[in-house]
Amino acid sequence: MTPNNPSELLYVFGSFTILLLVAGFYCLVVTRSFLRAVIAIELLIKAVTLFFIAVGYITGKPALTQALVITVIVVEVVVVVIAGGIAISVFRKNDSLDITLLNKLKG
Amino acid sequence: MNTIDIVLLVAMTLAAVWSVMGRSLLKATIGLAVTSAILSILIFRLGSPLAAVFELSVCTGLITVVFVSTISLTKPLTHKDIIEMSKKRNRRFIYLPIILGLVAFALIRAGIPKGLIMSTGETVGNVTEVLWNMRQLDMFGQVILIIAGALGVVVLFAEAKDDAK
Repeated sequence: MTPNNPSELLYVFGSFTILLLVAGFYCLVVTRSFLRAVIAIELLIKAVTLFFIAVGYITGKPALTQALVITVIVVEVVVVVIAGGIAISVFRKNDSLDITLLNKLKG
Repeated sequence: MNTIDIVLLVAMTLAAVWSVMGRSLLKATIGLAVTSAILSILIFRLGSPLAAVFELSVCTGLITVVFVSTISLTKPLTHKDIIEMSKKRNRRFIYLPIILGLVAFALIRAGIPKGLIMSTGETVGNVTEVLWNMRQLDMFGQVILIIAGALGVVVLFAEAKDDAK
């Protein structure tokens, strides 16, 4: 890829980031499945990753953004693994992954 | 900006929408893996090969495996249940393509805003230098997070084991 027009590049990547964010937020608001909510969070993280990398490329600091993205990926994995464990626990308690049933929990 | 980048970005958005709207959770997981794979190609093309390798191996590989394992540990729905649930879900998700279309239209209509790029400052060295010399606190944070994740899984599975007794 050639960095021809930085404003154009940022506009295009920013636009697709916004589309991914909209899809993720919509899914997070509308869904009732625990695992699909986790998928929505994943999409939000992917949007942020894309924007970080695009900004690093445009500003000429790919090393700094790569380091941040690697941290984000580690956080992403931990979030998914813990959410998976919680999903299995919720399923064993409620026999369903419906997030509306989480009201039954203590606390 | 090449045409291939636009094609990749559009394909990634479509895969993301498919993963959100897909009928079964397994298909949604596959959609997420496809999104990750396309994102890793984009990251590589944007001059960040190390982050691309992490994205491909961890997000496309490991996270998909974790999702599939979680789905397999929960009770699968019958085909009839899936069709029944998808009818209800389709009613909730039908507005997503419309909203995305409206947002895309608004973004195209707005055009490229002026003064989008701010001053960039100094250029830093390579990624290993940044990770080990400039962002040491991030590395400690990552180590703590991984330990917390491992402990969390141990506690959750132990709890599940107690319940089984």
